[in-house]
Amino acid sequence: MTLNAGIVSYGTHIPKYRISSDEIARIWGENAEIIKNGLGVYQKAVPDVDEDTATIAVEAAREAINRGNIHPQDIGAVYVGSESHPYVVKPTSTIVGEAISAGNDFYSADLEFACKAGTAGLQICLSMILSGMIDYGLAIGADTSQGAPGDALEYSASAGGAAYILGKRDLIAEIEDTYSFATDTPDFWRREGQPYPKHGGRFTGLPAYFRHVISAAKGLMDKSGLNPSDFDYAVFHQPNGKFPVRAAKTLGFNMERIKHGLVVPHIGNTYSGSSLIGLAAILDIAKPSERILMVSFGSGAGSDAFSITVEDGIESFRRNPSVWDKIRKGVSIDYGIYVKMRKKIRVK
Amino acid sequence: MRRVAIIGVGQSHFGELWDLSFRDIFLSAGVEALEDSGLEGKEIEAMFVGNMSSGRYLAQEHIAALIADYAGLAELNVPATRVEGADASGGLALRQAFMAVASGMHDIVIAAGVEKVTDVGSDAAMDILSSSADREWEWFVGANLPSLYAMMARMHMEKFGTGSEDLAGISIKNHRNATLNPKAQFRREISMDVALNSPFVAEPLRLFDCSPISDGAAAVILADETTAKEYTDKLVYLAACSQASDYLSLQNRTDPITMSAVVQASKIAYRQANVSPDEIDIAEIHDSFTIAELIAYEDLGFVEKGKGKEMVREGRTEISGELPVNTSGGLKACGHAIGATGIRQAVEIALQLRGDAGKRQVEAEKGLALNIGGTGATAVVSIFEVA
Amino acid sequence: MLPRFWRKIKYRYDLVGSYCENCGRSFYPPRNVCPNCRRKSNIREIRFGDCGKVISYSVVHDSENTRMRKPYIVAMIKLDDGPVITSQLVCSPDEVQTGMRVRKVFRKYGEEGESGIIYYGTKFVPADSE
Repeated sequence: MTLNAGIVSYGTHIPKYRISSDEIARIWGENAEIIKNGLGVYQKAVPDVDEDTATIAVEAAREAINRGNIHPQDIGAVYVGSESHPYVVKPTSTIVGEAISAGNDFYSADLEFACKAGTAGLQICLSMILSGMIDYGLAIGADTSQGAPGDALEYSASAGGAAYILGKRDLIAEIEDTYSFATDTPDFWRREGQPYPKHGGRFTGLPAYFRHVISAAKGLMDKSGLNPSDFDYAVFHQPNGKFPVRAAKTLGFNMERIKHGLVVPHIGNTYSGSSLIGLAAILDIAKPSERILMVSFGSGAGSDAFSITVEDGIESFRRNPSVWDKIRKGVSIDYGIYVKMRKKIRVK
Repeated sequence: MRRVAIIGVGQSHFGELWDLSFRDIFLSAGVEALEDSGLEGKEIEAMFVGNMSSGRYLAQEHIAALIADYAGLAELNVPATRVEGADASGGLALRQAFMAVASGMHDIVIAAGVEKVTDVGSDAAMDILSSSADREWEWFVGANLPSLYAMMARMHMEKFGTGSEDLAGISIKNHRNATLNPKAQFRREISMDVALNSPFVAEPLRLFDCSPISDGAAAVILADETTAKEYTDKLVYLAACSQASDYLSLQNRTDPITMSAVVQASKIAYRQANVSPDEIDIAEIHDSFTIAELIAYEDLGFVEKGKGKEMVREGRTEISGELPVNTSGGLKACGHAIGATGIRQAVEIALQLRGDAGKRQVEAEKGLALNIGGTGATAVVSIFEVA
Repeated sequence: MLPRFWRKIKYRYDLVGSYCENCGRSFYPPRNVCPNCRRKSNIREIRFGDCGKVISYSVVHDSENTRMRKPYIVAMIKLDDGPVITSQLVCSPDEVQTGMRVRKVFRKYGEEGESGIIYYGTKFVPADSE
């Protein structure tokens, strides 16, 4: 089956600062080698003092608009998925709409579903396009995620985002099908008013990440009659460098098919941006008629799976600078600067 | 138009006047001006007060009436008016008084300027002064007053080869002059080494390129020529007092290193006073930043555009030079009591032309004062003469 | 500040200014009257392109304006297809020079304390970055 709608353009933003796992381990008296081997994260992206989820979302959206040569006022919906919206009450999506000069007639809302809020936005835009409500929809996953100082999360919780413009015409990739799997599983959460999330440690693995990612992937393949061998690439949510590799192996994908979308070792877990930035990295090199499997995961918990086939339009689509170009452009900072940039100290 | 003369001048100390209130400060200047003129007080027909921001510095508006009241003029019901043009407020007050007398509306008028800034912290004080720039489109993006002048300085340096030493030279000169002025805020000399090694405030401007923000007040009493002669035989005439405006923000000006308002106001003033720039013997120039004084040399027509640095290098504006500038110490060293500065400049020129300037006395018959608001959106040029 | 900031949000978030149909001059910030044509002004809104070049700048070390980013860089930027705009540059002071080409980015300018509104706006980065 085919939905006759898909990706018209995409853009990403990865903040330029990086902090290494070695540096974080140095502060907390931990063994960096064990951390790096265990997590598979060597450094993470850190937002500048004047960046937040809204600015990251806008930068990614502007890149998508410029590359797709889309008139901003043709965008009929703006959905921003994040678990670090700058305001708890007051939408990020209207900030994005204003900053991209989208006019005032667009559907919008902020989404939160831990790390899968961005892909939920894709599904919403897709269904609005298929129903004929809108011509173009902008779905963004972006985060400046929080890890408490000293928590294991601090090695991976990073910042970044990706924006996708969906539509029916001039596709660079078609979304063939999508499927979601959800249960009530409290593996990771942040209560109202709390600055940092809490998590269930090893509980986040088997009953949470793996169960949902694998169920969604299998559900999609069952639904659409596809096998792992039908996909040229696969990209999974990347909370660390280990989980997505193990999920791929379980499902029957070798390293070759996931390595180009595996960005977490170099920029950390960008949460709502994670699987979407991975997908963008794959689209950067994909050729027409190649097929991509993307599976997100949001704690709490659920996974959205997508089957995406690359269209001829990708060949004339501007893909530079690539995601990997941006990843390589990082500037290292020490823990003191990191603490200041992330406002983990009180200033007068 | 009637000829207008200055019959009395007064000035408070400039600086951090911790033990003096707003009322204390303006009274000290006003009383001194009255004593200087020989007036009793009741002869004053009107008062104009320059003040930039009593509302934000003190949360007190309606200060013209307040000043008239505490100056003992309440029962005489003297009309008192506050005028505002950022740090050109004093210049504007002088011009209002000038017009009131020249027109024949009033015979004796007091023009004063006052600012009390130290009742708020120094960050707040700079924030308030920076509101002379465009709050929404300059200050909002972090372009405070020093950074705007810094951008002018960089353009001037890159276009004309003006150096940091040239700017420092202005600061050094003004500090040296201030040692001779008992009312100045900074009465000590500084060396080139100290100036050039002072910390950057906004590159390329360093601490010694920037004037302080000071408490202070000044007052001058103006009268028509006939009335003036009843009170003094040392007449100093205010031959012209002209004003011009420009785009509020630097970004809108065609040439950010020419202050069109200064060019225009000075042209009118020279014509009105029937003098040319080379006839000016002494000047008080608004050096809120050293680059402002250097650009003013050019825009006032003392030297052609781009050659302001030569005035410094050749020492022409030193107290011993052909055109002493800022014998008072200027804003840099005498202090910058924002709304008072324009009047304070008039006080200095009047003292010099009368021969009452003490240790800093120079030979002069014609003097000029330039008072600037913000980055140059308001300029007042006054020309003074003894005959 | 809230309504005052909100009112001109469009012009802060994006490079939107004014254009006079009568004489062809463009303006930033927006204005209602063309200083060239005055009563004959025919002003409409215009969105400028993303890039420009630095005509002057200052590395600000001591400011009442911000504490978290010190020093910060203020610049006057001549937009390729428009007027001069005063803005901030996001880069290292070592990278800046007059004539440098820059591109707009969306950044935070500040916030009203921890519980107040956030002020976003346009800043610039060296054009070759990203």
